[in-house]
Amino acid sequence: MSLETEQIPTEIARTIQTVERLKNQLGQWAVEEVKVHNNEVTVVVKRDSLTEAMRYLRDEEKFEMLVDATAVDYLPLQDEPRFDVVYHLLSLTHRLRLRIKVRIRSDDAWVPTVCHIYPSANPYEREIWDMFGIKIEGHPNLKRILTYDEFPGHPLRKDFPLFWQPGQPLDKPEKQFEEW
Amino acid sequence: MKIDIVRTTIDGHEITIAPPGKARGDVIDEELDEEMKEIIGRNVLLAKLEDLLNVDIVQAIVNWAKRNSLWPVTFGLACCAIEMMATVASRNDIARFGAEVFRGSPRQADVMIVAGRCSWKMAPVLKRIYDQMPNPKWVIAMGTCASCGGVFQNYAIVQGVDQIVPVDVYVAGCPPRPETLIHGIMMLQEKIKREKIGEHKLKEAP
Repeated sequence: MSLETEQIPTEIARTIQTVERLKNQLGQWAVEEVKVHNNEVTVVVKRDSLTEAMRYLRDEEKFEMLVDATAVDYLPLQDEPRFDVVYHLLSLTHRLRLRIKVRIRSDDAWVPTVCHIYPSANPYEREIWDMFGIKIEGHPNLKRILTYDEFPGHPLRKDFPLFWQPGQPLDKPEKQFEEW
Repeated sequence: MKIDIVRTTIDGHEITIAPPGKARGDVIDEELDEEMKEIIGRNVLLAKLEDLLNVDIVQAIVNWAKRNSLWPVTFGLACCAIEMMATVASRNDIARFGAEVFRGSPRQADVMIVAGRCSWKMAPVLKRIYDQMPNPKWVIAMGTCASCGGVFQNYAIVQGVDQIVPVDVYVAGCPPRPETLIHGIMMLQEKIKREKIGEHKLKEAP
């Protein structure tokens, strides 16, 4: 029992050491924020240094695995930057997890691809494009993945009408859809 | 064309043989040979039986054959498919109703059990599988989602597969228990029992 309770802070400490080395690598300006919550470490990096950060974390810090890549729309909570693109990394060598976030404005919604660093990002990034309409620059096959090709809009955006059905106008107020 | 109406006597009964449709010919009395008499006698017996039971014997036999070997096409979309599999398994043996032969190809199937929610992306596939099935064919919408969209009232899910294919039986439940699905299949059998031959040709997709 005592062994486990000692292990948890060490893992966080090791992750934070990793983040410090990442900061040194990228320069202080590239990392916007470092958060520790619920024994999980989140690093918010600038979009321009995302590729460099991912490459550094994979090659030098041995985060071999991209577990998940997704996005969040904070429309009702904050105006701009509206989207977060979230990458979850796992180091099988060091048994560490790290969350990388990039903040995106809706009028400039794109992120560079990490497909060439983590090939498993390919379908995740297509999903981000499909669901949130965030363009992935440099993606080899940026098509819709979950909805069909003719689908209008991006359904996980908070301003997408949830009750919309094919054949209906998209600009109908939400209330009318509910009545329908 | 003028076809005569033949009046003859078989076994003491007076029989009138008329061509189908409106008879326009003359009535002629004629003595038939033995073979002809036997054939007509058999048909008369059949006709009398049909009158007695108030059914069309041929139709009844065809419908009996149809409804007791309903071959479903393997089409599981979601969790309802698990209940569908349980219906096929030994405890709720669907073979008791002749519907245990789940075919991999729609071309060999009679009934499509739409088991689960159907997304708009899946809708063209559903329609194609239905179109590939040979006539006569039936559709069971299994579960709330296939019937009306259920809890998935959103942009992605078809609000009832009757928007895409004509549905014969709606089975309620989320998911329906195997007993409920068997009840749905029996309802479909009752429906087929009352079907006229060739009635499926009148059915059209919405």
